[in-house]
Amino acid sequence: MNTGTRTRRPVSRLQLDPVVVRKARALARRAGGPVVRLARTHTTVSVERAALRLAGLEGADVEGIPWANRLVDAVRDDCGLESGIALPVWDALRRENAPDLVTLAQKAAAGSVTFRVPAGRDTARAARLAAVAVRRGITRIDRNREVRERLVQRFGDPPKPWVYLIVATGDIDEDIPQAQAAAREGADVIAVIRSTGQSLLDYVPEGATHEGFAGTYATQENFRLMRAALDDVSRELGRYVRLTNYASGLCMPEIAALAGLERLDMMLNDSMYGILFRDINPIRTFVDQRFSRQVHARAGIIINTGEDNYLTTADAVEAAHTVTVSQLLNEYFAREAGLPDAQIGLGHAFEINPELPDSFRMELSHALLARELFPDAPLKWMPPTKFMTGDVFRGYLLNGFFNLVGAMTQQGILLVGMMTEAVHTPFLSDRDLALQNVRYVFNAAGRLGEDFVPSQDGFIVQRAHRVLGEAVELLERIVDDGLLDAIADGTFGLTKRPANAGRGLDGVVVRGPGYVNPAIDILEGVTR
Amino acid sequence: MGAEFASAFEPKAKSTITPEPKRIVRPYGDTTGDGMVQLSFTLPLPLGPRSEGAALQLAGKMGMEPAMVVHAKDMGPHFSFFIVYGRVSHLVDIDKVVVHEREFPLLSAKEVDAAIRRGLRRPLVVVGACIGTDAHTVGIDAILNVKGIAGEKGLEYYEQMEVVNLGAQVSVPDLVARCRAEHADAVLVSQVVTQRDSHLHNVREMSAAFREAYPAGRRPLLVVGGPRFDPTMADELGVDRIFGKGTTPGEVASYLAHALVPVTTRKERKRAS
Repeated sequence: MNTGTRTRRPVSRLQLDPVVVRKARALARRAGGPVVRLARTHTTVSVERAALRLAGLEGADVEGIPWANRLVDAVRDDCGLESGIALPVWDALRRENAPDLVTLAQKAAAGSVTFRVPAGRDTARAARLAAVAVRRGITRIDRNREVRERLVQRFGDPPKPWVYLIVATGDIDEDIPQAQAAAREGADVIAVIRSTGQSLLDYVPEGATHEGFAGTYATQENFRLMRAALDDVSRELGRYVRLTNYASGLCMPEIAALAGLERLDMMLNDSMYGILFRDINPIRTFVDQRFSRQVHARAGIIINTGEDNYLTTADAVEAAHTVTVSQLLNEYFAREAGLPDAQIGLGHAFEINPELPDSFRMELSHALLARELFPDAPLKWMPPTKFMTGDVFRGYLLNGFFNLVGAMTQQGILLVGMMTEAVHTPFLSDRDLALQNVRYVFNAAGRLGEDFVPSQDGFIVQRAHRVLGEAVELLERIVDDGLLDAIADGTFGLTKRPANAGRGLDGVVVRGPGYVNPAIDILEGVTR
Repeated sequence: MGAEFASAFEPKAKSTITPEPKRIVRPYGDTTGDGMVQLSFTLPLPLGPRSEGAALQLAGKMGMEPAMVVHAKDMGPHFSFFIVYGRVSHLVDIDKVVVHEREFPLLSAKEVDAAIRRGLRRPLVVVGACIGTDAHTVGIDAILNVKGIAGEKGLEYYEQMEVVNLGAQVSVPDLVARCRAEHADAVLVSQVVTQRDSHLHNVREMSAAFREAYPAGRRPLLVVGGPRFDPTMADELGVDRIFGKGTTPGEVASYLAHALVPVTTRKERKRAS
């Protein structure tokens, strides 16, 4: 969709103090550092399963439990995961003369294989074989990245903001025509919402799926089918339509690997969402997240962070600075995992109570702050949900103001607001009306940012400075307490999440001295 | 349209100033009794005179007569969208309106928190679990997780609730022990699996265990939820309330506030029982 937006970076409108900005980043680094050290010294069952998936292990047993889970569980029972999955598995493959991983997993399920951590020359042998196998997956991810770049060249890259639309029927066969229709209507990005509760499954379902609760299961086959369908429609439309899914929950590392293997383009991937909103263990989340971001970095996948969620639980005015803090932390963790700014889609949302005086000016101020604090990140701007009441007429107006803020602050990814939010899954006509709203605003005011220079001592500029100041204060407190303790104390989103509780804790393992994971070695550029 | 209705409800009785409540009403556009409504819909037809005629036919069958297509737009090559204004012939008889009344008022999260703060002066402790072999935590998580469902936040989001979510496959003795340790005010149990009526057996076992473990009248409020429960069976199963399919966290929270934070204080309630 040609909506006529920015081609150059506008002059600074907030005149943020570079000293304060540097301080904010330094604090985020200090807050996040200890967590990164935790991530480097632990592994999880899902990180290990991701290594197997990169080595090509697919499929599930008759109960629908993936072979990757079966194999990791069997190894863990026999010899623990402190050395990683690679050494015991490739040692067993060699000893047992199993032709492939599936056969080995079947044998393990039948109880006819006993795993061990190899010693001496067997260690080096197993490590070598594992590295060769995992490298095949990484090579496929590299090739997918090249294919994406080539297709973007050939079909064309839509101008920003990319129009982001959601599809969620529960049935991949229904999703495909809906996604193609949405692309024809103007979507640049298709997000397939996952089935309710998938984030709490400790395995990735298999195959094409046809039933889900308010969404469609993320599976490798569903990814493949949808990407192929969007390639077809991209060719037809002359622009590359991107595909988004969710690398979150207990299987974050595996989903990230599958996304890379099947050329997904963007993934929702927040540093703290699972902890706060799904009660997933904090250490599990940070370990899984670092690996998943390393995979995303390699795959050229743009991550989308979830700051909009804070505003749905806390007050969007009082908690504005927690969004900034989370953005700074997400940026630190993302960069540390190797993601360049162009792949960090930091989130924020239009969730201030519209009854408040000056609510629009505050929205504009907060959005500008995100824009100027992260000038090279493709910010993801999310529409109102909390104050969508079912009055679709009022909601349509609210979405118009949301689009206007997006236009004035050069957002990179625009999640299109539906007037039927909180009422019903969007009708065909709701989507069309929503896109008309976007087109009208961007056609009428897409370049308004060029003329818009807020007064330096005016409300908008002063509000942004204040929010940044509060963010720095909060970061100072987090640095003093430690990020894990801050999360345990309920600093974010009101929920208290101690580091020794939460889902998935039993899947966290301290790495032993002989820990080997060829996927991490390749992603971090370590040669053994 | 039915001419008898048209003449009977022309806005003629302007002299009746007495504010007697109307028994029969119809929609109000800009004049009393005009019956005007608006409607929008999509038809799976390409835009053209034929689809516009189809839209009018639909409006007519829905009782809009006369109807006017005020806006028609193509939604891609295979669909067209219409906005129709028209007059409906239907009458609403107020005496025949049946209102299904909930036994408790629906409160917002803020109102629930305020009620607890005022009435209990401490957070309300809620313990949740899937009992028996049931591993389906979708329901209990939708009610308890901050994430919530259908745009409503779960009970964890409420400032004045302390939520302990024990997750799946919790045994009844464990549940009772944990409730005692946490001084639970309410127990939320979710049952999705219904093979051989396991949901009913499990709930009976649970309510019996609580009866045994607590002195009479002191046990926590027992609340059960699941898609296959009949909400009228609460007494039979020995629990206080059953929630069926489509229940939202807000309903559960409002019920807890209603049941546990009465006008009287907790102490008085205990004395009374």
